[in-house]
Amino acid sequence: MRIHRIGAAIAAAAFALTAAACGGSSEAGGGGDQPYVAIVSKGFQHQFWQAVKQGAEQEAAKQGVRISFEGPASESEVEAQVNMLQNALGRQPDVLGFAALDSRAAAPLLQQAKTSNIPVIAFDSGVDSDIPLTTAATNNKAAAAEAAKHMAEALGGTGKVGLVVHDQTSRTGQDRRDGFLEWMRTNAPGIQVLDPQYGGGDQAKSADITKAIIAANPDLKGIYAANEGSAIGVLRGVAESGKTGLTVIGFDSGQGQIDAIKNGQMLGAVTQDPIGMGKALVDAAVKAIHNEPLPKVIDTGFYWYDKSNIDSQQIQPLLYQ
Amino acid sequence: MTTPTATEEEQRKDAPTGVRQTLRAGLQQFLAFASLLVIFVFFSVLSPNFFNYGNITNILFSTVVIGTLALGTTFVIITGGIDLSIGTGMALCAVMSGVLIVNAGVPLPLGVLGVLLFGGLIGLVNGLNVAVLGLPPFIATLAMMLVAQGLALVVSNSTPIYFDQTPGYIEISIGSIIPGANFPNAVIILAVAAVIAGVLLNKTVLGRYTYSIGSNEDATALSGIDVRRWKIVIYTLAGLFTGLAGVMISARLGSAQPATGMGYELQAIAAVVIGGTSLSGGKGSIVGTVIGALIISVLNNGLQIMSIPQEWQNVILGCVILLAVYADRARKSTTA
Repeated sequence: MRIHRIGAAIAAAAFALTAAACGGSSEAGGGGDQPYVAIVSKGFQHQFWQAVKQGAEQEAAKQGVRISFEGPASESEVEAQVNMLQNALGRQPDVLGFAALDSRAAAPLLQQAKTSNIPVIAFDSGVDSDIPLTTAATNNKAAAAEAAKHMAEALGGTGKVGLVVHDQTSRTGQDRRDGFLEWMRTNAPGIQVLDPQYGGGDQAKSADITKAIIAANPDLKGIYAANEGSAIGVLRGVAESGKTGLTVIGFDSGQGQIDAIKNGQMLGAVTQDPIGMGKALVDAAVKAIHNEPLPKVIDTGFYWYDKSNIDSQQIQPLLYQ
Repeated sequence: MTTPTATEEEQRKDAPTGVRQTLRAGLQQFLAFASLLVIFVFFSVLSPNFFNYGNITNILFSTVVIGTLALGTTFVIITGGIDLSIGTGMALCAVMSGVLIVNAGVPLPLGVLGVLLFGGLIGLVNGLNVAVLGLPPFIATLAMMLVAQGLALVVSNSTPIYFDQTPGYIEISIGSIIPGANFPNAVIILAVAAVIAGVLLNKTVLGRYTYSIGSNEDATALSGIDVRRWKIVIYTLAGLFTGLAGVMISARLGSAQPATGMGYELQAIAAVVIGGTSLSGGKGSIVGTVIGALIISVLNNGLQIMSIPQEWQNVILGCVILLAVYADRARKSTTA
């Protein structure tokens, strides 16, 4: 009986590993002598990162390169990302694509990439270092200012506005907060902006925060949410509080926000172009392999979308479900 | 074998069972080591980039933080307790390191000592809550986990503290005192910490009482041992390891990251459990914990080296933890 159990356990382990090996071979194998681009992202399970991955895969198939794509489970796991970066370098890629959670924490490894002559392409929030050849990223501050502009217009330049931001430690969190605040300060003196609140991008937490803001400010006119998780949370919080007539503006896309914009719960949102970012990343990597010149920054763009243009040719491809 | 005192006790009670028990404990540890070996050979065969000096040091290096936390928490788990505060506690200790060494300019050795003591202080509070106030360890340390996470953000003003103006700090972790070997100091520190933990658990009164409390707390108290005092000591010890982990992670990253740490406690507990330590207390070993931590990092590294899709990496890790707990249960049901 006992031997039986141990045997079963070993068989299960063998099965798990074999399954893994098969799962992996489709990704890692088949490449032959194709150039290999290792991409270490800031996340992987969030839809945004999946869209970046999708773009990268499309471009890789088009240009005939092989890629791998991984990132830590949450954006606070700096050490996990550094380990991934180290393992990616261990695979001796031709190019490294990297979106740093903390550039300085990754500095020794970037130096290692440089000494082993592996070119580095930064993406998303970029890498604070002169080692990357280029950075493919959204200008988050400008994108947040765009959201502020639409908020001010919708409110006619007066009223109280709350902010639900994912965090205060990451660069994107800071830029999307400061871009909004700075635009309001210089362009809309009639709008009173409340202190930003942070929900970690967690839907339930952001919903609770939203309800607290609404309860504390009966005269609230609008709420701006700085990423997808925050936006879904804000929508839920508004619904649960029963408050009507609020102008909600979001960030990025996803089914929840798309539905909310279509049915009028949300005025609109600013979307980045994650698929385009993935494509630009791999395209830059291929150029790096061929020693072609690259600009210091590749702006991958952002767009305002609302009910009027959500189904347009220009916006539709940028939105992920 | 793993638990000399426990097996001695058993032997006195019932000699034939005792012998079998010793064999089983040996088998369990052998199984853990054998699984590590199998996984290792598996990756070596399948990936040309796995078995080389650089990658082996990478694996050892990535074991350091979880391994250090797991060492301290092994003691707590053997008493039948749990410590959920070690992850964010580590982040708070890292921040304290930044505050002491970068902001206050305390000399390096003194600052590091201060961080270790601060970690001990976190553990002391846990110990007092558990032993004196009688709170369940799960609740007491869950509360501390939240307190530490919040304090780390408050003290650092939610921004990372960087050590780039502190010469020598990152060397604690990424430097190599073995000349020319490119072998990170952090691994040596982990090895030394593991030896100290092993000696404490196997050769001292502290270790004997740790097992004893976990096997039967009431009997231990009845035999005249001050269980409360020893529990406080054990949680404080776990806190010292938390402090050490705080130094190691901040030295590795060259920065104290206030928002990190959540989830590390679960990985450390997983390492302890994979290593054969029983969550119901009374059984466990430092060697097992080190093997458990190595299994986790070899799996992480190997799966990443092989470019296994990330979704699958977690599935496989979860299966391994299940198998470990299953093996533990199977062992227990046969001894009962």
